[in-house]
Order: sequence, then C-alpha cells, then structure tokens
Amino acid sequence: MVRPDLLKLVLRGLALAAVVIFFLFPIFWILLMSFQTNTQILRLPPRLFFAPTLANYTALISGTLHTASGTLQITFLRNLGNSFLLSTCSVIVSLTLGVPAAYAFARFRFRLGENIAFTLLSFRFAPPLLVLLPLSLDFQQIGLSNTYVGLIWVYQLICLPLILWIVRGYFEDSSPDIEHAYRVDGHSWWRAFSRIAVPLARPGIAAAGLLAFIFAWNNFVFALILASADKQPVTVGALAFVTAAGIQYGQIAAAIVLSILPTLILALYAQRWLVEGLSLGAVKG
Amino acid sequence: MAGITAERISVIYGKRRVLREVSLEVAAGKTLVLFGPSGAGKSVLLRAIAGLEPNTQGLVRIAGADVSALGPERRGVGVAFQNFALYPHFSAFDNIASPLRAQGVVAGEIGRRVEKIAALLKIGHVLNQFPRELSNGQRQRTALARALVGEPKALLLDDPLRNVDAKLRYEMRLELPRLLRGFGAAVIYVTQDFREAMALGDEVAILAGGELLQLGTPETIYATPNNVAVARLFGDPPMNLLAVETETRGGETVAAIAGFRFRFVASAEAAGKALLGIRPDALALVPAGTRGAAPMTILADTPLHDRHVLLVRAKDGNELVVSSRVPATSDEVWVKPDVALLFAQASGLHMATAVQERAMA
Repeated sequence: MVRPDLLKLVLRGLALAAVVIFFLFPIFWILLMSFQTNTQILRLPPRLFFAPTLANYTALISGTLHTASGTLQITFLRNLGNSFLLSTCSVIVSLTLGVPAAYAFARFRFRLGENIAFTLLSFRFAPPLLVLLPLSLDFQQIGLSNTYVGLIWVYQLICLPLILWIVRGYFEDSSPDIEHAYRVDGHSWWRAFSRIAVPLARPGIAAAGLLAFIFAWNNFVFALILASADKQPVTVGALAFVTAAGIQYGQIAAAIVLSILPTLILALYAQRWLVEGLSLGAVKG
Repeated sequence: MAGITAERISVIYGKRRVLREVSLEVAAGKTLVLFGPSGAGKSVLLRAIAGLEPNTQGLVRIAGADVSALGPERRGVGVAFQNFALYPHFSAFDNIASPLRAQGVVAGEIGRRVEKIAALLKIGHVLNQFPRELSNGQRQRTALARALVGEPKALLLDDPLRNVDAKLRYEMRLELPRLLRGFGAAVIYVTQDFREAMALGDEVAILAGGELLQLGTPETIYATPNNVAVARLFGDPPMNLLAVETETRGGETVAAIAGFRFRFVASAEAAGKALLGIRPDALALVPAGTRGAAPMTILADTPLHDRHVLLVRAKDGNELVVSSRVPATSDEVWVKPDVALLFAQASGLHMATAVQERAMA
C-alpha cells in the first residue's frame, strides 16, 4: 500500500518541478543576466557560474550608462515611477467608477443595460492602434497628449471593462436578500452597498484590481504614442537600452527584475484575499 | 388596531401580474398566516409590505402610518428571510445588533438587548461565532433574533422553518407562538405547511396564483373552504374530492356516491354535475352494518403520527382517503362520513354543506 503512494508522490513532485522550471526558468535566467556584464552574457556557451557584478543596477539607479561609444543618460527610475503612478491611478479611477457600475449591472435591469455593459467590454476587443491614431490627434487638440491625466484616461480602456465584468459576476453571486435584510434593519441604500455588497465582493474586487494593475503596468503602445520621455512607463523606457553601441542586455535584465518586483509583491499580498475569497465561497452553502 | 394593513396590493413584472389586488389586515399581537403553494405570490406580498418590491401598487400601513412611499429602512418592519440572509462577514452578535445600530442605540444598551433576545432564543453561547460556523438551526434562530431585536411593530416571517430539519421545525412550531405573543407585533407568517398554518395562525389567508382566495380563522377555512382550490390546498391529508351527479327533489339536493347519500339544502342550480368533498378525518371506521356507513376495501395503510391514513375503495370504484384514530382490523371495513361539502363543477365555488342522511347499502 505504501509503495504506490510513494511512487505517486514522486511522480507528482517531478511533474510539479517540470512545470515550475518551465515557467520560472526564464525569470531565473534574467535574474542571472542582471548580475552579468554584456560580454559575459554574450559568451558562448553561457555559464552558470560567473563573477557577479552590480554594475547594471548601479547604472540604472545612477542614471548613467557607460557604453563603448560613450556615456548615455537614462531615466529608468523616472520610468519606474511613471509606471507606478499611471497604473495605481488608473486602477483607483477604474475601481471608483467600475465597482458601482458593476453593482448596477448586477442588481438592476434597466433599458439598454446589457448593451452598455457589452459595449464597455468591446473596448477590449478593439485593436489599440485603431483607436490610437485618431485619439492622439484629439489629445493634441485638447491638450491632453503627454499628460498623466490623458494617459490615465486612456488606460481606462484597459482597466474599466476588466473590473466591471469580473466584479459584476461577484455581485451576481451574492444573494440580494442579504442586502435587503440590511435595508430592512434600517440602514440606507448606500450603507447596504458599502457595508454589505462591497465587502462580500471584496475577493472579486481584489482580483480584478490586481489584474487591472498588471495589464496597465504591462501596457506599451498607448504610452509609446501618447507620451514623451518624461511621462513614459518602464515598458517604453526599456527601448533606451537599445543603443548605438548595441543592445545592453545586462541593463535590460536588471530593468526587468526591477519592473516585475512591484507586481510580484502586489500579487503575493493580494493572494491572501484571493484565497480567503475562494474558501469563503466554498462554505457559503 | 394598529398592526399591518395592506390595501389592494398589486405587483406587476413586465406584463405578468404576480399579485392582484390583495388586501389584508393584521392587528397588533395577532398572527396572520399566508398559506399557498409555491409561486402563489406569498413572498412577493411580504416583500411588497417590507418595501423591497419596486413594482408595487397599493397602500401599506404599518402601525397606522402610511408607509407606501417609504424605503424599507424607514418602515419599521422586522423580516426573517427564508434563506436566513445572515451577513457572512459579521459575527452572530453583530448580525443581531444590526437593527439596533441603525437606530443609533448606545453600545451598552445594544449589548444588553442582544444578550436578552439571544437568551430567549437559546443562542447566547454562539454570539461570537460567524454564520458559517453555526448549525442550520442556530442560523435560523439568529435570523429570527435579528428580526425581533428592534421590537418592530410589524414582523414578516418568510417561511422561516423551511430550511431546518424536522425535529427543529417541530420545536419551533411549539415555541414560536409564545415568543411572538410576547412581542405584541403584528405578524405575517408565510408557510406552505398546513400544520404550521394551523398551529400559528390566528387567521389564515390562502393565496394562489397571485390572488387571495380566502381569509379567515384556520378552523373556518378548514370546515368551510369557499372553493375547491382552497379545499385542495388546506388540509393534510388533502380533502377527498369526488365527481357526483346531484338531483334536486323538493327543495333538497341529493348526492349519492360511494355507498353514501347526502342531502343538501341548496338552490336549484346545484343540480347536475358537482364535486363532493369529504375530509379524511370526517370519515370514521364503524362496526359493520352501522346506519349511514358503507363497506370499503382497504388498498393501503400508512401510519401518520397517532392516526392511520387508509386508502379505501368503495363498491362503486371510487377511492377515498380515511384518516382514522383506530387501526383497521381487517381488509374489509365500514366507513361512515360525518360532513360533506358540495362544490360547483365549473366555478369550484362552495355551494352547501351537508350531514349524511342514510346509507343506501
């Protein structure tokens, strides 16, 4: 009886290890690259053991890049700050608008309700470039191009539909009777929404907020076209590493490591809520 | 005479009229049972009174004040929902305290009143637990405590015993009337269970298809249902209904069936096809040859509490359900009816009640 169980355990371990290696190896390799110089990286065959250097990180943080053809100024830290500002503000705006909207779509049947909800979703189907050309002209006319406000507004195309549709499902899953009971107790509509409906949908809101943050963080093309250097996020800023003297793989790797850190930390933190949400749902009965 | 008054309540969903001009009144301290099959509109009526049904027409008064235009939070009603509707992220204490918090009661007073109602409902020991940690019975009591704690003038209970097990339902059926009387609120109690209706209702309102079919004391409705639908619904086991051909002779209507012969004082329109209703407990097993009795063959015998529910077949092939206090001693029994009701075939309206005259056999 013990042997098949043991065999199963070993096989499962191997399978898990294979999956983990498959998904995490590139990240691991990038982490290694970020501690190597460009020459070390380009060496064939690549080596697992090398003398680590912090030059890439110091270059990023100090903002000066020494290449064979001279010294370049880079604004990576500023880009990182921009990414942070743009993603955070976009998600906050999306949550403020999207959570009440999702509640309305979940609880009330109104004229054209489904059409409006679907139209909002369809923003995600549209190829960004199709929207961008007229949008950049419009933005120039009304003075929104190369502003944070303009970018955050455009980022709503990414965040808002996501939050709306995920959170709506969570509102639909919880019984309206629970809110009715709270109303009958003598609480106003707003309190029933903020004290009962929103807390019960919190796992969904957390998941949607996290996904929206990651999507906004990873966005490239909106910021590339609508913002210039000082407003650009890391995704666009990474282009600076493609220099006249070649591609700075070491710095790119270090930049990637720094730029995935915030989303990684956020995901680890939000995981608590996500797991709690799943277990709450399991025993709701 | 404060309590609850509902006048001509209609609820319309799109083109479908879920509730048609239902009017009823419950005095303070009294319990009205809303009884009917599922889909009759019982819960909808309750929600309309609570202010949770946006498509409501009609007038609702609670404790004398017109609340028709007010939101649910300003009507001063307590509601216990069928699915309990507890707040999963609040402890039992906070669930029960919710109406008091809304009223702005001070913290110490909240604690005292929650403890008191919890003790009354025997859930004092689980106040710190969350709904998911409570048993079904404790959840149901918590929901009741929450509805009662604010001492509302109107209490609306939507089939609160539906989702609890049989033993608990039995306990609560005994406990509830006393509990409710102690609060002096006007109570509307929704149920599909005939026994609950009999046990709890000072009055019973029979609702079917969104219409109020009959309103009266449980005894009156049981003895004289005003149409066939009510007769079918209200009773357990349900009333025997037999198609009969009646004859009118000198101001009397006579119906003969299953070896029985009934005489009614009814108008001439009672002649012809009709439905004869006999309650199972209006049929008794009697010694062979008793005057007014007829011989029957037993097809099935099911004990139900202290009674025996027998399915019997008369000589003319009609089948009847008999609810007897005494067990049958053989397969052949003599059955004697006590009272019978005559309903019009087409409209289903109750036409007359009769005492049996004599057996034909």
